[in-house]
Amino acid sequence: MNVRLYLWQRATAAVMAPLVMVHIAVIFYATRHGMSAADILSRTRGSIAWAAFYGLFVFAVSIHASIGVRNILNEWIPVNERRIDACAVFFGLVLAALGLRAVAAVVLS
Amino acid sequence: MTTELSVSLWRGARNGRYETYRVPLRSSQTVLDVVTFVQRHIDPTLSYRFACRVGVCGSCAMTVNGKPRWTCRTHVAKVAGGGKLEIGPLENLPVIKDLTTDMQPFFEKWQQAKGVFAPTQTRNDPIAQIKPDTPARKAADAAIECINCGVCYAACDTVRWTGDYLGPAALTRAWTLVNDERDGGNGVRLQAIAGAGGCHTCHSHQSCQELCPQALNPTAAIAALKRRTAAAYLKGEIAV
Repeated sequence: MNVRLYLWQRATAAVMAPLVMVHIAVIFYATRHGMSAADILSRTRGSIAWAAFYGLFVFAVSIHASIGVRNILNEWIPVNERRIDACAVFFGLVLAALGLRAVAAVVLS
Repeated sequence: MTTELSVSLWRGARNGRYETYRVPLRSSQTVLDVVTFVQRHIDPTLSYRFACRVGVCGSCAMTVNGKPRWTCRTHVAKVAGGGKLEIGPLENLPVIKDLTTDMQPFFEKWQQAKGVFAPTQTRNDPIAQIKPDTPARKAADAAIECINCGVCYAACDTVRWTGDYLGPAALTRAWTLVNDERDGGNGVRLQAIAGAGGCHTCHSHQSCQELCPQALNPTAAIAALKRRTAAAYLKGEIAV
């Protein structure tokens, strides 16, 4: 871990903290009001705000988690650093692709 | 009442084993006394390192019942539960023989962390007047009593997991010098500790703080270095 990765990981954690709180609040709201999947989708479809909210969340998670995975691999697996970097980047891209696909599913469809 | 200790000592190099000895239990006995008894009365081929015997030199650190300690300042009565002691070489360092480790990697990391004072004046200049109550001087003083015993380095999980991690002692030394107003090497020093294996590798497990025989707090020093290097990086003063 160097200072650049450290700052990216801390910055993305700082971004995620309020987003997670809002996300949990949304879950509570939806379950308390007995909202169905159709009710939720009717509110999220076409919403630029929800797309931006969860898009930012996916972006932050992908960077944060891939740096964490890089650290774990670096400490636990005796493989050279380039391969570990490649694994971490791949992991981040997979997270981003899956996350953005999920966001598209609730916003665009 | 027990009159003997059962003492297991590491014998051999990396692929050695523990061997058990019976040592008379005495009052005010230190772990170093026990090791010395074995060498002088049972097996003179036992290798170990010590010098001052009073907690000044930092050369007698060993692993005592699973934890790194100064053996000269560790009383048997405090650590030998059930009359048993297991004494091994320090962790995270190559074993030369028995209880003696090769400290070279430890001191090389001090060099890598730029733990050497970089003077800004010569001996011909007047002696610098240092105010003892400034925040920087207090931060420098906080860890100035480190005697390089290697206990924190042996206690550190991150050192165990990450071979190039500089470790708590070297980074604490760096933090001391970062705060020394007479030192002129901070540009190079911050650059050295901001890269891979530097201060940001620390997980803040705090084993170093818990086991430091001098009651120093390397974890706090490393946390402060993280903040200082992050600020320097954001200002463009260092690059990685």
